[in-house]
Order: sequence, then C-alpha cells, then structure tokens
Amino acid sequence: MSKAESTAPAACSAQYRSFLRRDRRNRALCAATQAALLLLLLALWEILPRMQWVNPMFTSYPSALWPTFLDLAKNGKLAHHTWSTLSATIIGFTLSMLLGTLVAAALWWSDYVYKILDPFLVVANAMPKIAFVPIFYIWLGSDYSIYGMAVAIAVFITIMTAHTGFRSIDPNKIKLARTFGATRLQVLIKVVLPGSVPTLISVLKMNVGLALVGVIVGEFQSANSGLGFLIINGSQIFKMNVVMTAIAVLAVLSGLMYLAIYRIEMAVMRRYA
Amino acid sequence: MSAVLAAVPSVAQARLELRDISLRYFTREGETEALSGISFTLAPSEFVGIIGQSGCGKSTMLSIMAGILAPTSGKVLIDGQRIAGPMPRVGYMLQQDYLFEWRTIVDNAVLGAEIQGLDRDRARARAVQLLEKCGLGDFLHHYPRQLSGGMRQRVALARTLVTNPDVVLLDEPFSALDSQTRLAIADEVVDLLRQEGKAVVLVTHDIGEAIAMTDRVVVLSRRPGRIRSEFHIDFPSHRGGRPTPFAARSLPEFNDYFNTLWKELDVHVEG
Repeated sequence: MSKAESTAPAACSAQYRSFLRRDRRNRALCAATQAALLLLLLALWEILPRMQWVNPMFTSYPSALWPTFLDLAKNGKLAHHTWSTLSATIIGFTLSMLLGTLVAAALWWSDYVYKILDPFLVVANAMPKIAFVPIFYIWLGSDYSIYGMAVAIAVFITIMTAHTGFRSIDPNKIKLARTFGATRLQVLIKVVLPGSVPTLISVLKMNVGLALVGVIVGEFQSANSGLGFLIINGSQIFKMNVVMTAIAVLAVLSGLMYLAIYRIEMAVMRRYA
Repeated sequence: MSAVLAAVPSVAQARLELRDISLRYFTREGETEALSGISFTLAPSEFVGIIGQSGCGKSTMLSIMAGILAPTSGKVLIDGQRIAGPMPRVGYMLQQDYLFEWRTIVDNAVLGAEIQGLDRDRARARAVQLLEKCGLGDFLHHYPRQLSGGMRQRVALARTLVTNPDVVLLDEPFSALDSQTRLAIADEVVDLLRQEGKAVVLVTHDIGEAIAMTDRVVVLSRRPGRIRSEFHIDFPSHRGGRPTPFAARSLPEFNDYFNTLWKELDVHVEG
C-alpha cells in the first residue's frame, strides 16, 4: 500500500520534490548529530582522564581499553564470557516468556483464581528481586541461580502485562467466536492468543532487558564466567580496564539483542496494523 | 454454487420459536427486567424485522435466539427441540464486522467452519464461492485493513453463511456503514439470503430498513421489552414478486408503513 509513496515519479511537482529534499536533509541531520554526540562522549572519556581532570584509576579511557580488549579477545576469553551471558539471557527470557504466558492464560481462564492471586502478584512484582540473589545461590547452585534470577526479575511483569493484554481483547471478537459455538479453549487459541501478539512482542522487548539485568546480577554473586563475572572480578582486583571493556561489550550486546527483537517485531506487526 | 450447496445434507429447514421468554439482569444495585413474556415464531425462509428504541432489548433478544445468552425463564426451540447453547443451524451477524486483523479475508471467512470442525477444504471452497459472489474474488488473500467498510461487512456475511445455517440473525448489520453503502449492501444481502433460502431475523432501529428488507415487522415496547405489535409488509403495487429493498423505498406502500410504524414506536426525543 505504501508503494505509491516511495516510487516518487520524475513527474512529481516541484513542491513535492522540495518536501522530499527537506525530509532527507532532516533525517541526515539527525543521524549526524547522533554520531557527533557519541563521538563527543567518547572524546570526553578519553581527554578528561588523560588531562588528570578525573582520576584515570576510576574511569580508565577508550584508548587504554583497546589493548585490554585485544588481549581478552585473543585467547577467546571474551567470546567465552560474552557467550555465557548471552546464552543465560536467552534461556532466562525464553523461560519467563513461556512461564509468564502460561500463567497469564491460566489467570484469563479463571477469573476466580485471578482475583485470589492478584494482590500476591502485585507484591511479588514490587519486591526488589535482587534481595534473593544470595538465597537463590544457596537454593539453586551457581548456574541455575543465574537463570532463576533472570526469570524472577522478568516473569511477574510478563504475567501481569500479558494478562492485561488478554483481557483487553475486544469482547465482541469473543462473542463472535461464541456465536459459532466456540469452547473456552478455542476462544483462547483462535482469538485471545493471536490477538495478543502485539502485547506479547512488547513484553518480549521488555523481557530481554530485564533478563539481562537478572543474569548480570546473578553472575555478580555466583559465576566464574560471564560479563558480570568480569565486571565484579575486575573491580575486586582494581583492573578498571577489564571492567570498562566488559561494560562496553555489554552495551553492544544489549544493542544487538534489541535490534534482533526489533526485526522480529517489524516482521510480525505487518499483519497487525 | 449449487454443487457445493447440494453436497451439504439438506435437512428440513428450521423453524425458530421463542416461548414466553423473560430476561432479568442482576447487579449489586438491584435487578433490571430487560425482556418480558416474549413469544415469537419464525417460519422457514421468512424475513422478520424487529424494531424498537435503543435499550429496549432487541439485541438481547437476538443473543437469546443465538443461544449465547440464557433467558431467566422461557424456552428457545428449533423444530420443537429445546436448545441450550449456540447451534450450527443458527448464524449470527454482529453490528460490526469484527474481522480478525491477523487473518486474510478467506481465513476470516472460514473461522466459523473451523470452530465447528467442518471439513476444511469444503468450507474453503464455499468461502471462496461466497466471497466471489460478493465481488471480493480479488481480495481473498488481502488483510481486512486493506478493505473498505462495506467490503468488510460483506466478508462478515460470507463468514456467517459458510457454516450454512438455516436461520440468520442480523444485529443492525449496516449501522457502521455510510448511508450510500447501506442502501447498496442491503440489496446485495437480501438477494443473497433469499437465494440461499435462509430464514432471517433483522434487528434495527431504522424503520425504513425494516420495511424495505422484511416480510413482517415486530415492534418492541420500551424496557422491559414486550412485543407491542406486528405488521405484515406487502407491496401489492409492485408486480413480479417482492421488490428489492431499494425499489421498495419508492413504492406508495412504503410511506404508509413508515407512518404507521413511526406512530407505533411512539418516539419521544428527550432533552
């Protein structure tokens, strides 16, 4: 449908061409300013410690990170740590999506159960889950406590948001299915779940970030690998270069994960305009 | 068309009956009587209009006929058999199309058949034929957002008819459309429903629509809804059978019926 707009024919009016020019210029300006801002921040990070305006012991600086990065990357250590964090995050958010959607569906199914559990869910969601890090370590051991933390942080908000989404499905769509004699399970499978895909995608977006938080915090406590481990270990032995490199990798990692979800969103949402 | 229709086992057509139906709503604040002592019979292939002011319980009456709302007292019968839930022999078309935006047009049209577990290929073939009949043959694999309001409502009609019900309930099916589209689509819908030999109940607050489209008009009183009166609609001045809804509007009988029903409805504009 949007094809007509993008194939601006040569025969279009002068005003329209000038509109297109302005639009292109605005977009270019925006991208250029973003790049400049990033460069400025990196430059400040480089210059301020070097001029001794801030203590380089505390912040390190980009050019000092590069050798550390190469050093860590050379023997595959960095890839190993990054993969630990990435795989734990993927496991964490997959589990919380599945568990959260399942529980939300159960709450949609039985309003009675929802009414009973609602206050418990609200409190569980409001709790700072990080308080459980030491307990999870004792209960679940070093690996599973990391997954546990990711799920604990992400799952309650998943349940609540997905359930709200399920309930906001147009009741007339459900009525329509019922006029054909649909059972409750058919309503769930044919109307509520497919109708909630946009909600589930936005939950997924939120979940990736939350699961990453859970994994890093879990790694602080219990791991002997992962970016969280690099950060906590580096800070304990005061290797600020390692800490900052791990944080930089983490920034890139979360950016890439967000991009991946964004791609999925674009592909799916084309059907839900 | 006829090949597909013939493939469906033809049962004697349903006769729908409401026997002394009442409905009360309960809330913490109290109870409301929505319908009271409604008795009503729909003959095979008959078109009946139900009119009444908003809030008189017209739509509620349809929901009871469709089996998705249980009356507080009274019975719903199809061919003398009491029903207690939605029946495949009764199709229901709602005020808006409520097409699922994630399904293509043809996938939307087979929704009911899918829910009722009918043969997939046969339902699809019938859906395609019905959609082609409604002039939507080129849009089978489009999504609902790519269609206009009138086209979407035609898809909704096809969706209702794919399951081949004997009785079709129409709940103000054109209220979401602009007035030109309404007039055009009313002709098409009536034509298609008569061709298929359906019995039809049309609920509307549009007096003209009821006269133009149906054989009998039932007037409901204000809440609690009771049957106030009934009128048989006949156009003796039109030769050659029943006129199309559009043609009916310009016949002399139309205005007479309109005035009678207007008085019967006893409309008071408040405020």
